[in-house]
Amino acid sequence: MTPPKHEHHPAPPTAADPWAALRVHTPARIALGRSGASLPTRELLAFGIAHAQARDAVHAVLDVPALRADLAGFGLPVIEVRSAAPNRAAYLARPDWGRRLDPASAATLACPAATPDLVFVIADGLSAVAVQRHAAPLLAIGLPMLDDLVIGPLVIASQARVALADAVAMALGARLVVSLIGERPGLSAPDSLGAYLTHAPQPGTTDAERNCLSNIRPDGLGYAAAAAELVALIRRARAAGISGIGLSAATALAAVG
Amino acid sequence: MSYRTSIGVRSHVFDSLAELLAKASPFRAGDALAGVAAVSAEERMAARVLLADLPLRAFLDEALIPYEQDEVTRLIVDSHDTTAFAPVASLTVGAFRDWLLSPQADTAALAALAPGLTPEMAAAVSKLMRNQDLILAARKIHVVTAFRSTIGLPGRLAIRLQPNHPADDPRGILASTLDGLLYGAGDACIGINPASDDPAKLRALWELLDQLIARHGIPTQSCVLAHVTRQIEAIEHGAPVDLLFQSVGGSEALNRSFGVSLALLREARDAGLSLQRGTAGQHVMYFETGQGAALSANAHHGLDQQTCEARAYAVCRAFAPLLVNSVVGFIGPEYLYDGKQIIRAGLEDHFCGKLLGLPMGVDVCYTNHAEADQDDMDNLLVLLGAAGVNFVMGVPGADDVMLGYQSTSFHDALALRETLGLRHAPEFEAWLHDQQLIDGHGRLRAPGSLPALPLADSIEALGR
Repeated sequence: MTPPKHEHHPAPPTAADPWAALRVHTPARIALGRSGASLPTRELLAFGIAHAQARDAVHAVLDVPALRADLAGFGLPVIEVRSAAPNRAAYLARPDWGRRLDPASAATLACPAATPDLVFVIADGLSAVAVQRHAAPLLAIGLPMLDDLVIGPLVIASQARVALADAVAMALGARLVVSLIGERPGLSAPDSLGAYLTHAPQPGTTDAERNCLSNIRPDGLGYAAAAAELVALIRRARAAGISGIGLSAATALAAVG
Repeated sequence: MSYRTSIGVRSHVFDSLAELLAKASPFRAGDALAGVAAVSAEERMAARVLLADLPLRAFLDEALIPYEQDEVTRLIVDSHDTTAFAPVASLTVGAFRDWLLSPQADTAALAALAPGLTPEMAAAVSKLMRNQDLILAARKIHVVTAFRSTIGLPGRLAIRLQPNHPADDPRGILASTLDGLLYGAGDACIGINPASDDPAKLRALWELLDQLIARHGIPTQSCVLAHVTRQIEAIEHGAPVDLLFQSVGGSEALNRSFGVSLALLREARDAGLSLQRGTAGQHVMYFETGQGAALSANAHHGLDQQTCEARAYAVCRAFAPLLVNSVVGFIGPEYLYDGKQIIRAGLEDHFCGKLLGLPMGVDVCYTNHAEADQDDMDNLLVLLGAAGVNFVMGVPGADDVMLGYQSTSFHDALALRETLGLRHAPEFEAWLHDQQLIDGHGRLRAPGSLPALPLADSIEALGR
């Protein structure tokens, strides 16, 4: 079902607000009309669809075989890890578990023969939908722009928070790590991808030491623009030997968790 | 000091007052995350049994965060009013609950008692109270404040109109503001969470709201919820600032993480008072708080999140605020996991704030990764309405497109007014009537019968 949109479904005259023309000024849900004190059925359902999509995105399970297939063409080894959160409920209640590798996963990670300059961790975060849709198209544009660097294996991480990438990077001996991770779904978009860059991650690295690109999706920050910004960040972080607020106050944002 | 009791064959020992309070708390995710929650339901009841027998005075003898380390503790201890405390000075926490629910604890007695209570006493008794108790006790407490409108009178409900826009676009903000005003919202304040921290952009928002309020003679107050230092600077540069906003918490360390101190808040209030912009009163401060903030900043000192939250109210009450609200479901499921925990926390925060003498509102809200939905928010909203909440938020369609969470809508406010017969703030009610937006019963007129949108031309006039 297609979500009802204001432009396509004008309110019936009896329930309409006469200031509907103001909608051009804001994405906010204004001039919804009313049924008595309450929302008209049309708007109740439109909100319900947006919330349902957000909820489904939070609880979606990352389809790892499909993601592997999407990543197969990049010519890099692909490995899978899990966090210490055993399931979604535990993941949501215990962000500390989502930041730690589960012991079995930690044991499978070993330093590659050539020390990587950069590792990508592709993590479900709070929206597996975002990762499933946008991680491979972003890498398809970004990786060729980085062909002078030694790129480590592509690491698929399940039940993962941003900081899980720190543990992965340390195990692989990488100086720089980028976590491509599903952001908390909002009502306007259930599939926003975030990219968090961290230089020289250590245990206890804080969110202030990361740089973030947010809202990566075709209707937000598009793939080409996101790839260009991310590559520029990577090069600046390598040159300066730091990431986070110290690298650029303008791009350092609080991490998802 | 340790506390011990037995239930059946098992004995339970609690090594400190902080542990006793934490383990007496109804279960919530943040206390489990902090490792301070009771490990079993029976241990929780053992803690409550011991807490019920604890004299209220115990909280005057033992500081949960040391006096020497924490200016919030010093504020609590140094401002405690022993004369006001006298009527309950001999009670245990359990007897205090009985007293609060008795007819003896009427509106006048509760108002007189507030300066005699510490946040820890309020937190402690709330842990023994069911949701029903939290409602019954809170509804007896009336905390009335005023700036251009008067908020907190019995039988009335005010709304903070929250017209946020992801890029602070003036026309977008005006469009949402007009939507809210036409729905009869905005009597608590018109408060914008700015996306940008740029002083020039912030200044434009203050000017915009000031001109709108002046142009239409709206009896309300504006607020731009930037960091308090930005607001003080704006006043120094001549900006038309009504309310000064700041997020605050219950420990010096948490406030430091917010970039504030008691001295800075004092400076902010003085700056606000210097402008003398209120007409009905001079309450110039607006504070927001929320359970879990202390743990998220690692500033909880081993306390449970509800006790930390109550301590934040000690900070608020030192500055005679117009509005205080707990942003109860904003922080996420690692602190309040689901609708049940959010509802409980909302009622606790409202009760504890009111008991300590604060003009409490609640941002009835949730995020999409919490196990909650609109039905849970409907429940909490009606419960808070029954408890006499001073104000709640009004967000277009309940969907805040800047902050990315769901709060209460203008429609929700209409529904609550209709369900419980709650009226607007009196000055605002008169204005709505003058604008022909409400009828003689305070009900919003049918959209079709509105005269030709007296406010809509402001978009073009002010939205440049």
